[in-house]
Amino acid sequence: MDSIHDMGGFDGFGKVEPEANEPVFHAPWEGRVLAMQRAMGYARAWNTDMSRFAQERLPPQDYLTISYYKRWAVAMEMNVIEQGLAGADEIAAGHALRPGKDLGRKLTNEVIANGFKRGSFARDTNRPALFKIGDRVRARNIHPKTHTRLPRYVRGHVGEVVMLHGCHVFPDSVALGLENENPQWLYTVRFDNRELWGDDADASVKVSVDAFEPYLEKA
Amino acid sequence: MQLRVRALETVLTEKGYIDPAALDTIIEAYETKIGPHNGALVVAKAWTDPAFKKRLLADGTEAIRSLGHESRTGDHLNVLENTPQVHNVVVCTLCSCYPWEVLGLPPVWYKSAPYRSRVVKDPRSVLADFGLSLPKDTEVRVWDSTAETRYLVLPMRPTGTEGWSEEQLAELVTRDSMIGTGVAAPAKKAS
Repeated sequence: MDSIHDMGGFDGFGKVEPEANEPVFHAPWEGRVLAMQRAMGYARAWNTDMSRFAQERLPPQDYLTISYYKRWAVAMEMNVIEQGLAGADEIAAGHALRPGKDLGRKLTNEVIANGFKRGSFARDTNRPALFKIGDRVRARNIHPKTHTRLPRYVRGHVGEVVMLHGCHVFPDSVALGLENENPQWLYTVRFDNRELWGDDADASVKVSVDAFEPYLEKA
Repeated sequence: MQLRVRALETVLTEKGYIDPAALDTIIEAYETKIGPHNGALVVAKAWTDPAFKKRLLADGTEAIRSLGHESRTGDHLNVLENTPQVHNVVVCTLCSCYPWEVLGLPPVWYKSAPYRSRVVKDPRSVLADFGLSLPKDTEVRVWDSTAETRYLVLPMRPTGTEGWSEEQLAELVTRDSMIGTGVAAPAKKAS
């Protein structure tokens, strides 16, 4: 969806301000949020694209004004409710009012090493890749109402395939359901800065995105 | 926010989905074990071992796995070499994708609107915010991590470090130099 999360190219957000000696977490609850996300991911309660899609559906004014981990927490509440794992009444009460579902697995200290392992997103396929390294491709001018990983700033623009990563789970599909992996070939496509931002842009810059095959067409 | 998060944790625990003791272990690992020092060792090894560097650039995941790191980067880590001709910078404009296994959790600025919005349009002005100025003829390559691929920048080795050990070299490898918003610290700083 064309929402505020797709930030590439926006003007007016000001300077980047690195924080000296930044702590890993700025408050204890931030760590709890991150760890809960990891634990619920291990339990396959939802996937990372469902979590991103929940954040993308926040009203832009909320997305911009709440902190990063608060965004995670709010999205997690949405995921919990949408997956039928708990009710809004239970979250409001701060206690379970009904028994939970059986998710089949749970992250405990006995299996904690698996909680740090990131799953592979690569999938086998018999379908040949449509493009090869060196091909000129155009990012399609698409505007799905649901989750996509094609940023607006490259849509309609022509670039060059510089990497081929194999066939990966397709975020646009899997954001809508855990079983909808719909694997697609994944490429890195590099664009000239002036192709993206016009003749006044710095010609010494190239920008690449990782793009799934359905995002691309032959240029 | 503390209360709201505690409410959620209580519900998920009572429902049987999560174990608070496992959450403690995860938090502790990110606070003490998983951070940029992991990536710094990878970079220092690449600076001293040409065969390792070659493998690292060919397949980042496989080369790093051979060092025994637990992988939260899965199969998809790409290593980008900085040279006098090419400077690489990494971003995730859509959210906050970052190579956790080698760099730990991303700093706030990496996840912020100013960085995500500007670095794909005017990277040199963003690098200036970090006090970094590159020669005009250096090609700046910005890598937007829009899928589950992850990118680690291999910074240039500082001059005057001939004969240094991997441990000494690792001290010069800053987090920002592995994102591309900085360069490795000069030799005099760590000697």
